[in-house]
Amino acid sequence: MATIQFDNLGHSYHPHPTRPEDYALRRLSQEWEDGKAYALLGPSGCGKSTLLNIISGLLVPSEGRVLFDGLDVTRCTPEERNIAQVFQFPVIYDTMTVYENLAFPLRNRKVPEADVDRRVRQVAEALDLTADLKKRAQRLTPDAKQKISMGRGLVRSDVAAILFDEPLTVIDPHTKWILRRKLRQIHEEYRLTMIYVTHDQVEALTFADKVAVMYEGAMVQLGTPQELFENPLHTFVGYFIGSPGINLMPCTLGNDHALVDGIPIPLPDRAVPAVGGKFELGIRPEFLELTRSGSAGSIPVQVTGVDDLGTSKLATVRLGSHTLKARLSEEQEIPALDAAIRFPTRWTKLYRDSHLVG
Amino acid sequence: MDKVQDNRAWFLIIPVFLIVAFSAVIPLMTVVNYSVQEIFGPGQTFFVGTEWFEVVLADERLHDALIRQIIYSLAVLAIEIPLGILIALGMPGGRSAKTSLTLVLLALPLLIPFNVVGTIWQIFGRGDIGLLGATFRAIGIDYNYTNNSLDAWLTVLVMDVWHWTSLVALLCYAGLQSIPPAFYQAAKIDGASKWAVFRYIQLPKMRGVLIIAVLLRFMDSFMIYTEPFVLTGGGPGNSTTFLSQYLTQMAVGQFDIGKAAAFSIVYFLIVLLFSFIFYTIITRTGEGEKK
Repeated sequence: MATIQFDNLGHSYHPHPTRPEDYALRRLSQEWEDGKAYALLGPSGCGKSTLLNIISGLLVPSEGRVLFDGLDVTRCTPEERNIAQVFQFPVIYDTMTVYENLAFPLRNRKVPEADVDRRVRQVAEALDLTADLKKRAQRLTPDAKQKISMGRGLVRSDVAAILFDEPLTVIDPHTKWILRRKLRQIHEEYRLTMIYVTHDQVEALTFADKVAVMYEGAMVQLGTPQELFENPLHTFVGYFIGSPGINLMPCTLGNDHALVDGIPIPLPDRAVPAVGGKFELGIRPEFLELTRSGSAGSIPVQVTGVDDLGTSKLATVRLGSHTLKARLSEEQEIPALDAAIRFPTRWTKLYRDSHLVG
Repeated sequence: MDKVQDNRAWFLIIPVFLIVAFSAVIPLMTVVNYSVQEIFGPGQTFFVGTEWFEVVLADERLHDALIRQIIYSLAVLAIEIPLGILIALGMPGGRSAKTSLTLVLLALPLLIPFNVVGTIWQIFGRGDIGLLGATFRAIGIDYNYTNNSLDAWLTVLVMDVWHWTSLVALLCYAGLQSIPPAFYQAAKIDGASKWAVFRYIQLPKMRGVLIIAVLLRFMDSFMIYTEPFVLTGGGPGNSTTFLSQYLTQMAVGQFDIGKAAAFSIVYFLIVLLFSFIFYTIITRTGEGEKK
């Protein structure tokens, strides 16, 4: 197990990068704690696989350093770093049995056969592969094959970290859920440093202690699922995490309030210099309050639609030229004519050029 | 609904029937027909039963040719398959000018007609004007394919390797290109040695194309005719007289039609048998009934 540090890490596939857009991974300095489960979350092409390959050693970054426990491993191979990695599509050795597949990484490292046997059986037990150990790997179903791929990562007890590159893509939804629980259990039991790449927010939020959200090559926020939800540091985080995502409206700044289409909305106390950039006001649908007009601090709106989601209701309202969503409890009544919304200052976020400022 | 009886549907298969009949069945049956008769001339034929087969199977010269043939074909496989795999492993991947150039260079020998290959090597190996022969002579190696049996035999073998290893290499290359990069990355992470990568990833993934390569090269080399014919006409002595040469001498040279027909059938069965054996061995080792 190891603490992973990024020191001014950046990578560009261009030979002479000049603009920030040339970077597949923009400058990054961070420390990832030992024994935690991390998720790298972002849409395709956001740089998460680049970062993962840099961590595993399959790719040498064009700038900066990677340190494991303070040791510079930037130019080390995956073996030298002692990394395990599970890929998107199952990689199995066709001609071997399941047992031989699981034992392969250990036997290559000349681990004594008794230990190999013990570890293989442990891992097979954890992944429900015991019954298949003697079968040839080639004959199994895709999800059993992916379990073998995972097993080969988990079988080494001394790895610095285990990396998962969207490992559940080929697996059906139900098995997916079970496998994610399994991984989580294994993590809690062995306290392995795990890094899990995915574009599925549910997967990331349920699996990881900390989620790193990536957008256009930059890591826009690293935090616990709760932090990402309550305090998105970047509009992309607000939009990507949560369903539906955060409500965003372009605004201008007044003294202690923001103006959206000329309508004043109170802001948190923190003073924000009204200079430069494009300002946006954001609030999560979960925090937007729907009341009757006339109550203190409320702004009259028009309700244009309500979706009943079974466990909650989702109201669509119009404020000036903007459409906002508000999540309400099942019981709450929705006023038909005199509806109004209120922005609790604690949850109202102000963004300048997409970055949180207040 | 009543079934409609309409036999006109048979007309639909007539074209296929005719093509197969004229291209395969009738020629083959003609050979079978010849093989059980003694033929002196048109209209002068006698039924002799299995006599020709008995003669053929007891023919000493044929035994020699068969043994020569088997050794030759096995040598071809033993050289061309590993060499082809090695070349394929060493070829550059991806889409680059280097890749295209390598592919074109490799494909060149395959474009040359058999008898031209024979002629090229015949001249190449001559001691007086051939580059190879003259070089050997200059550095003091005694090489002469026209009167040394071993030299002639080796020349035919090298010629075949020169001509056909490319095919094996190209087939293997196609097999290697179909392996997703994740396999190599996973092997790297699992700490696999180069040999282990070859043994557990590349070789299993090449199995399909290797079956084809082995069968093609076996059948082709087992029927080799043109190259030894152009080089020495089967000599010196009988050292490069393979089955095809002997068959041709019998059928065209001596007009021993009945015997040649019996020989053809035996020849055909031998090729079939060997191909079946190779096919079974390769598929079995791949599937491996490890239970």
